[in-house]
Amino acid sequence: MVTARNRAIDRIRRERTLAAKSKLLEVPEAVEDDMHDPIFNDERLELIFTCCHPALSTEAQVALTLRALGGLSTEEIAHAFLVPEATMAQRLVRAKRKIKAAAIPFRIPPEHMLPDRLTAVLAVVYLIFNEGYDGRGELAAQAIRLGGSLAELMPDEPEAHGLVALMLLHDSRRAARLQDGELVLLADQDRGLWDWPQIRSGRAALDRALALRGSGSYVLQAAIASLHASGSSDWPQIASLYGELAQLTRSPVIELNRAVALAEAQGVQHGLDAIDGLGLDAYPYLHATRADFLRRLGRPADARAAYRRALELTRSDPERRFLERRLAELGS
Amino acid sequence: MQYLLQIYSNDSMSTFETLTEEEKQSVMGEYFAISGAPGVTGGAQLQPPTTATTVRVQDGRTLTTDGPFPETKEALGGYYLFEAADLDAAIELAARIPAARLGGAIEVRPLVER
Repeated sequence: MVTARNRAIDRIRRERTLAAKSKLLEVPEAVEDDMHDPIFNDERLELIFTCCHPALSTEAQVALTLRALGGLSTEEIAHAFLVPEATMAQRLVRAKRKIKAAAIPFRIPPEHMLPDRLTAVLAVVYLIFNEGYDGRGELAAQAIRLGGSLAELMPDEPEAHGLVALMLLHDSRRAARLQDGELVLLADQDRGLWDWPQIRSGRAALDRALALRGSGSYVLQAAIASLHASGSSDWPQIASLYGELAQLTRSPVIELNRAVALAEAQGVQHGLDAIDGLGLDAYPYLHATRADFLRRLGRPADARAAYRRALELTRSDPERRFLERRLAELGS
Repeated sequence: MQYLLQIYSNDSMSTFETLTEEEKQSVMGEYFAISGAPGVTGGAQLQPPTTATTVRVQDGRTLTTDGPFPETKEALGGYYLFEAADLDAAIELAARIPAARLGGAIEVRPLVER
């Protein structure tokens, strides 16, 4: 009898705090204002872990995070992801309903869950950044702000600093990456268009991550981006960082990037050898990279075939035009 | 919060059947341990879906059909009822259920609380 009553009291108590905390999902403005109140910071952190809970779909995680922590309106989020506002509204309602009905907790996960859950949170932020990478700059800026507050809230997590560094460094080249709507490769970019104060902030964040002995995937990628930003890219170093990254992620896409660095560091033939057997036949960059290697090795016929395959696969207009230019330069 | 942890397995050739007698014993031991875990308020193992009867009522008439509803490859093999503070606790318990690593899956559903 007593246990039953205690259980009922517990439940009422839990529902009260849950109801109070669920409100955080409704009033993003209030969350924005009190960034530096330490108590509020804890709630902000709890909120982001709730929004990025793995029991929610990735789409819902992204939308909730932008709504609750980024302060974006449903209409703005819908616009950014090119879906009708009603669809986005429904997605948010459904996610909030699940949080409540399934009792997804509002808390910073306990120690044994933290590594996985932090990875999920950082992945959502990076996903938002990448959505904004190809033009929708407001999303990239949002992601950088979110990452910044995560790093502030978890100052001892090297990967949080690593992600901030990576995003700042990539974003610093935004103005130079496209010229009159055409894609400009890193080596051909006008360095005067790079955002140097932002590169310095990115490097400062990378230094913090390295000081914390970070060697996770964001830290490694940021280190590579930092080397790229230093004018004469240190290709042997970049190749070795990609090697570490490939071991960590087991991703053939990373192996492809490593091949590019190898081609610069040790010669194009080494790069071409490293590409063989990656099994990325549907990936346009694999064929574009092969084409470039073959062109440089003086095998124009093979290069043309590879460019054509890349053209079949690419879905981006600036990329298509870039590949067509390269193909035209090879003659026939 | 109460959760129903529904244990699904691939019915035809379940990974469980491929285990040695000793391994089967040890897996069964895990199931019993979960039955006795704090917060677990009920549970049962079901007979295979081939023993199921599906019942509908149309115009006051009871219609029965042989087999489960719906027909899927994954069959509900059993369940636990679990009282927990939040979904994280339910997910952790679900991950301990052997079927989850033996080719099956656990569906975690919160119960409506009244």
